[in-house]
Amino acid sequence: MTGTVDQYIAEWERARPRWQRSGGDNLIRTREAALRQFAALGFPTTRQEEWRFTSVAPIAERTFSLARPATAAISSVDVDSLRLTTTPAVELVFVNGRHVPELSRTRTLPARSRVESLSSALESGNDLEARLTTTRWAEKQPFVALNTAFVEDGAWIQVPARTVLDRPIHLVFLASRDNADGALMLHPRVLISLGENSQASVIETYGGTAGGQYFTNTVTDIELDENAVLDHYKLQYESAAAFHVGATHVRAQRSATYRSHSISFGGALVRNDVIAVLDGEGVECTLNGLYTADAQRLVDNHTTIDHAQPHCASREIYKGILAEHARGVFNGKIIVRPDAQKTDAKQTNRALLLSEDAQINTKPQLEIFANDVKCTHGAAVGQLDDEALFYLRSRGLGDASARRMLIHAFAADVLNHLPLELVRAHIETRLQRELARVLPAAA
Amino acid sequence: MLQVRNLHAAVNGRDILRGIDLSIATGEVHAIMGPNGSGKSTLARVLAGHPEYLVTGGEILFDGQDLLAMDPESRARAGVFMAFQYPVEIPGVNNAYFLKAALNAVRAHRGLEELDAVEFMELVRDRMTRLGMDESLLNRPVNEGFSGGEKKRNEIFQMAVLEPRLAVLDETDSGLDIDALKIVANGVNAMRRADRAFLLVTHYQRLLNYVVPDVVHVLAEGRIVRSGGKELAFELEEKGYGWIDTPANEASA
Repeated sequence: MTGTVDQYIAEWERARPRWQRSGGDNLIRTREAALRQFAALGFPTTRQEEWRFTSVAPIAERTFSLARPATAAISSVDVDSLRLTTTPAVELVFVNGRHVPELSRTRTLPARSRVESLSSALESGNDLEARLTTTRWAEKQPFVALNTAFVEDGAWIQVPARTVLDRPIHLVFLASRDNADGALMLHPRVLISLGENSQASVIETYGGTAGGQYFTNTVTDIELDENAVLDHYKLQYESAAAFHVGATHVRAQRSATYRSHSISFGGALVRNDVIAVLDGEGVECTLNGLYTADAQRLVDNHTTIDHAQPHCASREIYKGILAEHARGVFNGKIIVRPDAQKTDAKQTNRALLLSEDAQINTKPQLEIFANDVKCTHGAAVGQLDDEALFYLRSRGLGDASARRMLIHAFAADVLNHLPLELVRAHIETRLQRELARVLPAAA
Repeated sequence: MLQVRNLHAAVNGRDILRGIDLSIATGEVHAIMGPNGSGKSTLARVLAGHPEYLVTGGEILFDGQDLLAMDPESRARAGVFMAFQYPVEIPGVNNAYFLKAALNAVRAHRGLEELDAVEFMELVRDRMTRLGMDESLLNRPVNEGFSGGEKKRNEIFQMAVLEPRLAVLDETDSGLDIDALKIVANGVNAMRRADRAFLLVTHYQRLLNYVVPDVVHVLAEGRIVRSGGKELAFELEEKGYGWIDTPANEASA
């Protein structure tokens, strides 16, 4: 695998002059340190517990390169299918990893609120290097190091104390297949900070040209101050041939609320990591997820909820729909630290296998070091209920529509927990499209 | 309307129906009675097209069509309805949404236009009022958390909305208190028409006090061993099933 790491080093060296021209020696040093870290770690292997069921060889064996500036020749039509039906507060559109102001939309935000591209935030001299490297948790995560090594753009969101954004912020990351230099790689970084008693909804949408074999390696870092409330949506609609690796790290202070809604419908090889550290008393954390895959695709969701302080509550529901030869992996770790008494944690994960060949590897992982806590977990893997299917058909519904209705019902409790109606509608449409593809409508 | 000829069926490799002959004309109400395990419910499920029941011989004609060649949804669209003995709970599927989809599938087959939401609600409210059903059941998931009586009533409600040509009620009267039984019976009686037939599968004579059948059949060990008028039901109630000439009784006689 050394050879493949060398390719990244070579690609990094190719980018260096451009980065030097745009200034910021500190930033280059940050990137360089991360590159060394990545080189030292290498790509993970299935011998590592965290990657036991997910081989990243398909990524490691390919060569990817950064998009050259100004190769972004993507029609706005592609963006339109990913836009939300109502106008968000701000919609930042990134094509091939770079912010495209012409496709983005902004509105006046409350005073001192910042929603801008990371590239412009870095250019205007904001001291964000510290934020890019505070990711202690990244030390063992080669893909996070890789993201930092190539960090160029993404979003910077800062909501000051006692400020409520009543419209969502939408970030759209779009990959175009047309890259002159072969398969494309993107390393977006999203930084979100919410001040005390502030509130916001942030939606990250990932998509790409159909059939594109690009590699998205994204990192989102979230800091929630006391009493802050964040609804965080990740809508992963990548091309079915794409690779998507994403890590979300959250640190929540006292009484903050973090709700993650992770939707994963695209990608040939997908790995999502969500790590939430509940670092103050009374934090409420919700991690919900819904994923689908068919053909030979693989979707891996790893979550960690770290109850570091007492009186925090976490709720987690992940549901997967797997057809044909698809594979799913779910690993839900819940850590309850010695001080975290009165922790209330509940985890559920369920998978629906639509074929004999679909598979799921699921593992709840509870590490409890406190004694006065309530932690429950449940996992279930099943097929569609034949009796229910017959019941629906016996009333006149066709086989395919009856199946779709039951699959949709399986997904319903994740969908029903989506607070934003417009996002729910968006996801419903996508889900119906996915189901129609897997189960073509019979008469 | 319905001709069953020498029907044999098995489930999990076990023969249950061993040569049923049954003929139901339009406008008629037939009752099938019989002890547990006689094959009553199997007959109902075979008529509805349950995939677990394997037909090993014989034929079923419905309006001259080969019913056994049709999948369950085609039978439903052609006008066959079975009220389930144990209605299935389907979490996450809204009762109204499901019924509207079913009704429109049936209507499309009959060459009728789809009902829009308003027309559908009008129809549904009318049927619910007739059956004394609580409208809140509409917005709950199909049968989920329904009491036994609510489930049975929901079956009759679906029948009233879908307006089948042949309604098969599989022990819809079991487990009902007398008030619920009357509501179910009234629901059936209100739907009796010259162009519709009913097959009531029941273990007890009680339902037949309220829905008076034209013909009563007694099923034993997978065969119809006796057919007669409504008085046959009273005889069964009085004497039990022991006196019936089942093949086993004959053998021991």
